[in-house]
Amino acid sequence: MDPEVLNQPPRRDWRFWRQTTPYFFLTPALLLFMIFMAYPIISSLLLSFQSQNNPTGGFSLDNYQRLLGDRTFRKALTNTFFLLAIQVPLQLSLAMVLAVLLNNAVIKFRGGFRLIYFLPSITALFAVALIFKLLLNDEKGLINYVLNSIGLPSIRWLTEPWTAKLSLVMAITWRWTGYNMVIYLASLQSIPTELYEAAELDGANGIDRFVNITLPLMRPTILLTTVLSTIGTMQIFDEPFLLTRNGPSNETLSVATLLYRTAFQGAEFNYASAIAYAMVLIIAGFSLLQFRIAQRGED
Amino acid sequence: MTTQETTRATTAATPDVDHKPRFNLQSVGMYVLLILGAFISLFPFYYMFVQSSQPSNEVLRFPPHLWFGDAAWSNIKGLWANGFGRSLFNSAFIAIVSSVLSVFVASLAGYAFAKFRFPGRTLIFGLFLLVLMVPYHVTAVPLFKMMADLRIILRVLIYIAFAGICAAGIVFMVRKLPRNPALLVGGGAAVGLLLVGLLLLNPALNTYLLSLSLPSWLSTYQAVILPALANPFGIFLMRQSMQAIPDDLLDAGRIDGAGEWRIFWTVVLPTMRPTLAALGIYSFMFQWNNFFWPLIVMRETAMETLPVRINALVGLSIIDYGQLMMGTALTTLPIMLIFLAFQRQFISGAMAGAVKG
Repeated sequence: MDPEVLNQPPRRDWRFWRQTTPYFFLTPALLLFMIFMAYPIISSLLLSFQSQNNPTGGFSLDNYQRLLGDRTFRKALTNTFFLLAIQVPLQLSLAMVLAVLLNNAVIKFRGGFRLIYFLPSITALFAVALIFKLLLNDEKGLINYVLNSIGLPSIRWLTEPWTAKLSLVMAITWRWTGYNMVIYLASLQSIPTELYEAAELDGANGIDRFVNITLPLMRPTILLTTVLSTIGTMQIFDEPFLLTRNGPSNETLSVATLLYRTAFQGAEFNYASAIAYAMVLIIAGFSLLQFRIAQRGED
Repeated sequence: MTTQETTRATTAATPDVDHKPRFNLQSVGMYVLLILGAFISLFPFYYMFVQSSQPSNEVLRFPPHLWFGDAAWSNIKGLWANGFGRSLFNSAFIAIVSSVLSVFVASLAGYAFAKFRFPGRTLIFGLFLLVLMVPYHVTAVPLFKMMADLRIILRVLIYIAFAGICAAGIVFMVRKLPRNPALLVGGGAAVGLLLVGLLLLNPALNTYLLSLSLPSWLSTYQAVILPALANPFGIFLMRQSMQAIPDDLLDAGRIDGAGEWRIFWTVVLPTMRPTLAALGIYSFMFQWNNFFWPLIVMRETAMETLPVRINALVGLSIIDYGQLMMGTALTTLPIMLIFLAFQRQFISGAMAGAVKG
């Protein structure tokens, strides 16, 4: 070919490609997103507004009406809220304590400790549930053995309403504390040490420094982890499904396990979709509330 | 590391405050707490490995075993007889394919969002972000229906194609023909006709789809892999780190005559290696540990993933706890090894996951 022609940029062509290039890059993600994300989200909403008993009968609020009067749903909701109320503050304050300890320059092997604490959070949830199922076994679990050997009676960890819930809290706390600790640690390390030194010169003790320097500066991170843990706990599935099998008598039924049971064991797809959207509303409400509280705290 | 060094440097400069590391009562107390925490973190793992080496009737013994037994091999053989090998393959296949494909898809899209300005960019990205807030249980019922009946997927694809043509037409009109009202009206009418045509064709489409007999995707690999690829979080992560690539670098490639694809493949991707690794590991771990969705769609024993297979073992009337713990240990071990090998990518993937909310 003539070198002159080669040096001439094919102008119109080039501009066309330049303008359409991003769409080509975007196509696979966009297609997958629309088919497997956007469509199901919309379809689920539509399903929830079709009566379970008469799915072709057009728009209906039957499912939501049923939801309001459904004892089992209310039970799943109170169980999940109970987990939320105990589990989120417990796990986050533990994570904070560990992070503050590990942020201390006096401590050696900090990398090693961080590694060890993070290890549970890479473990599959189902594995956590099964290990705790053994540890907490009613008759022959290790925890009860330890209790017995220091003279305390065995506790029926998995078959009493309260203790079954506590068992879930233990398993979840074990799984997630290290994860939150790593987030806190990263945030702590970004606080300039000069602040602490100045406070120390002013005679502030360790607790003063934590309350007046660390906590205010960590506010965004604390908010983030609170929102994340809340969302995570609202969606909890593996632990109640495997560790306590929703029992005893639905005492550890969660919203997600109820959804699974309704949809895939009871084949009530429309009603299950209403449960799913109730979950979306509650999660959105909680997140909004937490952001509001955080904002008010700042004024 | 750097924080530690700066701490030391500043303490050296301020002799008034005595920061010298020393073993007083306070630091002993701190070590005790930290070691107790480390024990609680590690002990369940140890207990899992110990119990996985016990024969079934010895697992729930009182007092419990705290040292390894000699039944590890027979537990593994028992697991294999229960179809564990196949589940191991299924899990590995799904996790590896998902991780490679989702890194690929997310980096393509992330690149488009980070380095191009195009009509619809903010809108599309906003949609992706919005969906991050939606719990994935919401999609379970429709996704299950889609996998059971491929005609739904086909219908969605046809709708998307129509919507795409209409959107491209509208964008074309707005961008190219703003000064000619006649053309604008004509274009609008064309798009309108297309939409009306879609409505008119809908009954025909229905009969056509009903006449099709398509295979079900329940108990197939794609049923688990495809939904996980629609992951806005990965796109978000890739966009964030690709914004750091200087435009000059890309323009230099363009001036040298490299095509957009070659620039992406030879300039962009190699600089993104750490993020690619972090996202790849995150996706691998997500699929390897995933329980909810495979439990729903993998309905044949031969297609079950590890967590689903182990759940089936828990459901048996006689639970073999030795085998169960061996299965759990074998599922946990690969992730632990990958974690120890790629600690940094792992933690940065998890930290990026914190942005997910």
